[in-house]
Amino acid sequence: MGKRIGIENSIAAADAIKMANVDVVAAYPITPQTHIVEHLAELVANGELDAEFIPVESEHSAMSVCCGSVAAGARTFTCTSAQGLALMNEIVFIAASMRLPMLMILANRSLSGPLSIWNDHTDVMSVRDCGWIQVFADNGQELFDHVFFAYRVAEDRNVSIPVMINIDGFIVTHMIEAVEYWDEEQVKRYLPDFKPVSVLHPDHPVTMGAFGMPGIFSEAKKNQNEALIASKPHIMKAWDEMAQVIGRKYAPVETYKLEGAETAFLTMGSFSETASIAIDRLREQGRPVGQIKLRLWRPFPFDELREAVKGVKNLIVIDRAISYGGPGGPVASEIRGALYGEPRMPAVANFLCGFAGRDVTPDDFLKMYAKTEELVKSGKTIKEEDYILYGIRE
Amino acid sequence: MSKAVPKSEFDLGWKDIEPGCVVSQPGNAAQYRCGDWRSIRPVWDHEKCIKCGVCFIYCPDAAIHKNEQGYFEADLYYCKGCGICVQECITGCIKMVEEGE
Repeated sequence: MGKRIGIENSIAAADAIKMANVDVVAAYPITPQTHIVEHLAELVANGELDAEFIPVESEHSAMSVCCGSVAAGARTFTCTSAQGLALMNEIVFIAASMRLPMLMILANRSLSGPLSIWNDHTDVMSVRDCGWIQVFADNGQELFDHVFFAYRVAEDRNVSIPVMINIDGFIVTHMIEAVEYWDEEQVKRYLPDFKPVSVLHPDHPVTMGAFGMPGIFSEAKKNQNEALIASKPHIMKAWDEMAQVIGRKYAPVETYKLEGAETAFLTMGSFSETASIAIDRLREQGRPVGQIKLRLWRPFPFDELREAVKGVKNLIVIDRAISYGGPGGPVASEIRGALYGEPRMPAVANFLCGFAGRDVTPDDFLKMYAKTEELVKSGKTIKEEDYILYGIRE
Repeated sequence: MSKAVPKSEFDLGWKDIEPGCVVSQPGNAAQYRCGDWRSIRPVWDHEKCIKCGVCFIYCPDAAIHKNEQGYFEADLYYCKGCGICVQECITGCIKMVEEGE
């Protein structure tokens, strides 16, 4: 077992990427992603990491370089946030459709405007349908562990799909936490060398990124969708085997004090830890409250979610993004969609909060719980309050 | 070890597509039915044709070939109806006619 050390999460993530022995890093600096990439630049410059560090002129170029380097068979890393993700958007979709396995850490930040550098989930929700495997890490340790997981899953020859790790910008990226490092033996045991399904090589020419006319395009999309759905058992296997190596067990949907809970919070990212403090307090008061944490966002874990909500009457879904003029937050929309038609579908209350770095404390979760109870007692169906923007001044 | 000859895009089911739509076998362009794009097609007047083969040389899709009588004709599986053969024909023996006429 490796050492447990106090370190900034971004630096730990960069160290994990070094330990995964990446061949190419192509990234453009953007807050709050910067510390990860800066540390990787240092590691390459001082000879600790034998990799090509390509300081591109934009995020569009960063993702384009990543596509090229994976196509050539190189283990590849990039990292961005918000506006950077928006600028690389078209190539993000192409990376998935070309089945180019790479890792992107997305340090979640609000998409402008107003111009902001702080955290929410509007950036990741803008690429919900990009075709990548998307996971959320709640803290530095989860981020560190998921670097190895991401390469293991992405490069699995049964998968060959890029992986995005979402991590809350500043709230997690700039936090100093105790992170238990893996040792070299563990990395070696868990993460095999990259052997791509297809590779550009002059001795074995192939065509990548060919034109798709209407006669074949729909079949290509079905092929891509089925591949993402079929990645699920390999994702599960990668988490199972990680538990054997390091003893920490992750799952697509994780729960906290859910047994006997009538009401449950559903959270993603760093909110999960904050909400769990509120749940501890509510449980101390004898309230039947628990928590469901959504770790795997794509492919969406329908079965695990349906299993988790069995017996839950009221589900409080917390969104960190807005769908202007839409049916609520993007997460709540998907949860409602996933549970629609279930025999005992819980009522779904949807709170939108924590935009662009606005603090959401355990007390806020207590207030959201109280508001939900009030709605339930008033006899109003929660449906009438499709969503509530929490903590907004009149 | 060579795989089966690639099929036309219209014969491929979703399971036939390689991961990432990679095309690993050469020679696929021959399977591509670009003749579907055509709205007009070339017709040769054998009275004027001197069998020089200029149309064959200039055809950008190699869609023109010589038949048993030595005259040239277009393979409508590939001919896009671009009309370059009409432009280049020395004797003016080729005309483009509307499809369906």
